[in-house]
Amino acid sequence: MEKGAVSGVEPGTGLTELLPQGGDRLRRAAEFVAVPAFALLVAAALFSAVLLGMGQSPLAFFELLWRGAFGSAFSWQNTLQRAAPLILTALCVALPARAGLMVIGGEGAFVVGGLAAAIAPLPFLGLAPAPVLLALMAAAGMLAGALWIGLVGVLRHRRGVNETISSLLLTYIAVAVLSFLVEGPLRDPATPNKPSTHPIGADVMLAPIPGTSVHWGLVAGIVACVLAHLLISRTSTGFAIRIAGGNPRTALGQGLPVGKLIVLCCLLAGGAAGLAGFFDVATVHGAANVSLVAGYGFTGILVSFLARHNALAIPPVAILFGGIGAAGGLIQRRLGLPDATVALLEGVIFVTLLTSETLYGRFALFQPRAARPRP
Amino acid sequence: MTDTGVITVLIALLAGAIRVSTPFLFVSLGECLTEKSGRVNLGLEGTLVLGAMVAFAISYHSGSPWLGVAAAAGAGFLMGALHGAICRLPRVNDIAIGIAMMSFGTGLALFLGKPYIQPSAPRLPSLPLGDWLDMPALAQMLDVSPLFLVGLALAFLLDWVFRNTRAGLIVRVTGDDAAAARALGIGVDRVRLFATALGGASAGVGGAFLSLYYPGSWNEGLSSGQGLMAVALVIFARWQPRRCLLASLFFGAASALGPALQSVGITAGYYFLNAAPYVLTLLIMAGSGSARRAAQYAPGELSINR
Repeated sequence: MEKGAVSGVEPGTGLTELLPQGGDRLRRAAEFVAVPAFALLVAAALFSAVLLGMGQSPLAFFELLWRGAFGSAFSWQNTLQRAAPLILTALCVALPARAGLMVIGGEGAFVVGGLAAAIAPLPFLGLAPAPVLLALMAAAGMLAGALWIGLVGVLRHRRGVNETISSLLLTYIAVAVLSFLVEGPLRDPATPNKPSTHPIGADVMLAPIPGTSVHWGLVAGIVACVLAHLLISRTSTGFAIRIAGGNPRTALGQGLPVGKLIVLCCLLAGGAAGLAGFFDVATVHGAANVSLVAGYGFTGILVSFLARHNALAIPPVAILFGGIGAAGGLIQRRLGLPDATVALLEGVIFVTLLTSETLYGRFALFQPRAARPRP
Repeated sequence: MTDTGVITVLIALLAGAIRVSTPFLFVSLGECLTEKSGRVNLGLEGTLVLGAMVAFAISYHSGSPWLGVAAAAGAGFLMGALHGAICRLPRVNDIAIGIAMMSFGTGLALFLGKPYIQPSAPRLPSLPLGDWLDMPALAQMLDVSPLFLVGLALAFLLDWVFRNTRAGLIVRVTGDDAAAARALGIGVDRVRLFATALGGASAGVGGAFLSLYYPGSWNEGLSSGQGLMAVALVIFARWQPRRCLLASLFFGAASALGPALQSVGITAGYYFLNAAPYVLTLLIMAGSGSARRAAQYAPGELSINR
């Protein structure tokens, strides 16, 4: 089969892709590592050119990047701390992507999740023990996030609304709701400078993983990735999701409930991002305020694309980008670069990465033997 | 609210519709051209921000705001060309590239634009079309940016081009049926490349309006989703430039609702009113099967209406 010749959805949706076999499976896996790695190298080279143009040394930049991200125990903790929400917000992109939807509104689900988690325990403070309150907060955060992205799925399924645009619009709406509530009805009068909701209190907040400063969101994220992987690749529902994502017409022809699958993926996706918002409130802020709008949802999009929407690949990629984020401050201080440097680097990586999609199937080395053109 | 309050709000709404609609207009016309050729460029939000930054920087250094507008168009053209060039590669998804270009354009603008947040640059002049009136409030409303008039002309020009010219027909055929276009000997990829690049240039001019006319300064939160809303607006406008104009005015008025009410002292729910254009966009997209009904007007090759 000539793979590169056809564009659109047709290639890569055949059964050979769904059911790779033996050594061929390894070849494909190698391609999924080699191509993104090559894209990262090209992005680094392009970014180096930008730095050279500004009279900065790329070597110094990448040295600082390494030091700030993975150079010491302290920077590792900082990196893992930032990786935790990225894992969950990346899942918010990856799950719908497997069903063929490009949802980019994880930031909104993160914000409403954090907001709901901060509000839910307020009436019960002092009445219930901390673990109960935390469970309530987590449930509220996940539910809010799930409904938020679930709405995207329903709009897509019922009304044919493009999910990419609607999910991003909902992000702006989420930020507006947050601003309205924390500066209006739910504002704690004791927070004049930075309007916030009433704090949940230090005794309710979740302690970090013992011996570290890393919070439990990291563990939750990894568990969620494993569960998502099992769902997608080991269950019949997951199989149906992959067919619906690969070719909706085939899926409909097989009588699969495509709409339900889409909404299910969106609910789970939003739940993941909402959970990330819960951890941000329960471990870092202790209340909801504009600090929730930190861009984790947007970086999560990039993480998911680099992981090729593969749940098991998300944690390592999230750690990579957590590291880039963690090193941002150091780079800014030492090299005097603007704080948007990390945003630009991420943008360059994103464009190169998606451009590299065109390389798949171009190298015989990675092709399943049966699919290679015969001489 | 008194009668004068109502009138003040209405005038502010009308003024806002004209003032705020201009970036919507330029971005939606650009996206309309791109989508007519059969490709979606979701990255125009990034182009809008980059255009705003470039226009401001060039105006600051050269002292000429019009040079800034030209530079913004040039930057938008390059961003569009990059999008178009990447999308002609096989196996590359135009929607995903659009998301990436959004983040790239915004990142580039914030990175290069850091030094320009403080200073003020020469702004575009306004045309006081209402000076002959006795009412200062109405006169102020008719203080129209020349760019709005350019956008107005562009909408009618684009409409005419699509209906009556060979170039317009080539773009439409390419967007409706790539195979038919190829059979006619049209270079589909080249048409789309140009359509995307010109669409980007238009979005860049929209950005110049933001930084050089209204609000008239460069900062990091200059455009919050206006480029994206304009893309959604093209669907609402059923890929017709003249309807893009009406839709932009409508959205401009919706965006001006919050500030208009604030001007008469109504500040309750200010953030909700600021969210009005987003909610409105969502409602319009979901409204009474409009997306499905609109699909019959959509260019056949478009991936946004799968």
